[in-house]
Amino acid sequence: MTRTTEQSGKWEYAPAPESAPIEIADRYGLFIGGEFCDPSSGQWRSSISPANEQVLSDVAEAGADDVNKAIAAARDALPGWAGLSGRERGKYLFRIARRIQERARELAILETMDGGKPIKESRDVDIPLVAHHFFYYAGWADKLEYAFCGRTASPVGVCAQIIPWNFPLLMAAWKIAPALACGNTVVLKPAETTPLTALRLADILQEVGLPPGVVNIVPGGPEAGAALAGSDAIDKLAFTGSTEVGKRLAQIAAKRGIPLTLELGGKSPNILFDDAPIDQAVEGIISGIYFNQGHVCCAGSRVLVQEGIAEEVVSKLEWRMKSLRVGDPLDKNTDIGAINSAEQLARIKHFLEVGPQEGAVLHQVAGDSELPDRGFWCRPCFFTGVQPSHVIAREEIFGPVLAVMTFRTPKEAVERANNTKYGLAAGIWTDKGAKIFNIATKLKAGVVWCNTYNKFDPGSPFGGFKESGFGREGGMQGLRAYVRL
Amino acid sequence: MVLKTYKLFINGQFPRTESGRSIKIDGLNGQALAHVCRASRKDLRNAVEAASAAQSGWAGRSAYNRGQILYRMAEMLEARAGEFTDVIASTVDDGCEAAAREVQAAIDRLVSYAGWTDKFSQMLGTHNPVAGPHYNFTVPEAIGVVGVVAPDALPLLGLVSLIAPALCAGNTVVALGSEAHPLATAIVGEVCATSDVPAGVVNLLTGLRSELVEHFAGHREIGAIHAANLPGEQAERLRAGSAENLKRVVVRAIAEPEGWYDESACHSPWWIEPLIDFKTIWHPSGI
Repeated sequence: MTRTTEQSGKWEYAPAPESAPIEIADRYGLFIGGEFCDPSSGQWRSSISPANEQVLSDVAEAGADDVNKAIAAARDALPGWAGLSGRERGKYLFRIARRIQERARELAILETMDGGKPIKESRDVDIPLVAHHFFYYAGWADKLEYAFCGRTASPVGVCAQIIPWNFPLLMAAWKIAPALACGNTVVLKPAETTPLTALRLADILQEVGLPPGVVNIVPGGPEAGAALAGSDAIDKLAFTGSTEVGKRLAQIAAKRGIPLTLELGGKSPNILFDDAPIDQAVEGIISGIYFNQGHVCCAGSRVLVQEGIAEEVVSKLEWRMKSLRVGDPLDKNTDIGAINSAEQLARIKHFLEVGPQEGAVLHQVAGDSELPDRGFWCRPCFFTGVQPSHVIAREEIFGPVLAVMTFRTPKEAVERANNTKYGLAAGIWTDKGAKIFNIATKLKAGVVWCNTYNKFDPGSPFGGFKESGFGREGGMQGLRAYVRL
Repeated sequence: MVLKTYKLFINGQFPRTESGRSIKIDGLNGQALAHVCRASRKDLRNAVEAASAAQSGWAGRSAYNRGQILYRMAEMLEARAGEFTDVIASTVDDGCEAAAREVQAAIDRLVSYAGWTDKFSQMLGTHNPVAGPHYNFTVPEAIGVVGVVAPDALPLLGLVSLIAPALCAGNTVVALGSEAHPLATAIVGEVCATSDVPAGVVNLLTGLRSELVEHFAGHREIGAIHAANLPGEQAERLRAGSAENLKRVVVRAIAEPEGWYDESACHSPWWIEPLIDFKTIWHPSGI
């Protein structure tokens, strides 16, 4: 079928900016031993809003000395924290969850300003999940003996945790909550472009009276990350980010043989069979790739569509893509916000150039609204005519860029889906229950979304197969990385 | 007495090493007992190819059937208990009684894991109560091909203890047996060959760890490593080589010999857990 509906005469949306101004200090120090402090490195880095490139605040840049100080604080706090009863540890985590709920609006706005994601996502997805995550693991703290049949769980010790910029506060919650529930202490390094919500979390930790040193937060770049991961005073390393950096950290952890968990990149397939509910599936593809500007490690960045419905799906995708609103992340109508950084935008643009050079066809809506003058923007797009050998079909782009490919038989769909070094997530769209379970079993992926996509829950383990990393976050399985058995 | 030359066990067959190299094994009395193959990198690659080809079939069998086959291995090992005891006692200086104890424990280990095949997923897997109209559950799945690097001591029990949990979960195995006492490894191949273990599910090499660990680490078709009591330098090479391809590496430190006889530790789903990946499956619930 062809779509004749054009968007001429469509309604204009009035801007609907989120209004509550929030306080952002001119400067934020490091959070070590329960106090904010200036960095001994003497270095500060400006954190900007990617939507207008304005400086939001100057944030301390941790150097190696600062990192060591944070590790020492975590070490000092360890006996006291590990010695608390699980119930008492849990109470702190419950209180953190409560305060996050109470300050949700402030956190959502700050997350959107610092990272560029649409306010409707930070408000409805990120921050509610953050609170839920702390609440979920709070309840585990006094139940660990039930989680590990036949074994007694004890804490690992001082955990070094390095997190990315795509879900800044949510990734902090994924790392901190299970670690604390199991009696560990933490040194967390937020990403250099998005440190503000983690530091606001530090404020909440002070409010709830978390004992000093149990959580230490050291913003910084690769130097701070290397100092933290390479320290011989840490007992465990956890990282979420790119596969490239993950491999470097794995080398570091290999030298000392410390436990390591990695949640890395992906090139996740979203498979549409010809018996799928097509309109639902198209919605799933759209949210699968364009959620959070495609800055999602499990983004459904490869669509595999059965030949018979390919034309219809592509036409509906194009139509649906046109309706997405790109712009001010603080506007409640915005679907696609700002790209997180100039560096990431350049990377995405590189792939947009490479795709056509290899013979793929780019579908990108020019759009009738002008993009803002300042800030980092990329309109949503997808490629057709993509071959499995193309760079855009193999490499993680981490932007609102989709590769559409076709298949004929279920067997071919599985082969193509698994033909990647990654194995983080996969989507299956079909109305046949038996087919869902058969295909789900054959896909090499840690999360399989059937007739849905990009769903997250603290009780649901998340993590990859193959080079997408190892270890799980969420659920009972998410405790495993933070205990010795 | 016939001076036997033991071969490798790859893809259900007993090939010589393609390198043509062998190692002479002397008994405690100083007399030559047998020869074993000194496997090469090429032998390892052949073994991985066989293991990889056999993996989906092995994982696709019912857990019940995998359990029956592991139990059959225990039966066949018991049938050769005398041979194993003799071979171990003639090269390991702990006496006949210790050798017989080791053989008995290896039989028990297989029996225990035969029973775990259709149960461990009920201990490790979960149904997850998510906040929304979705049905959500997490199941353990085999990683694929597991590389086993066995310790020198307890050449039968160490090897069997590292292999059994991997097989239990539906992985196929490429194992390098005890370097110091390789004869038991060679006979385990004969146990597998007579136990309905499908070709390629268990592949056994004998040779030098110093030559082979880096190739275990570097081979991209090996998804995980299960090893124990390696010299520090070899453990580090295994981990460092695996960092490049992100395979999962477990190098256990087991107190010798008693740690290997601790059944609550070694017969545990927590020995299976490092050799699986968790898969979480979501489906909406609605009308």
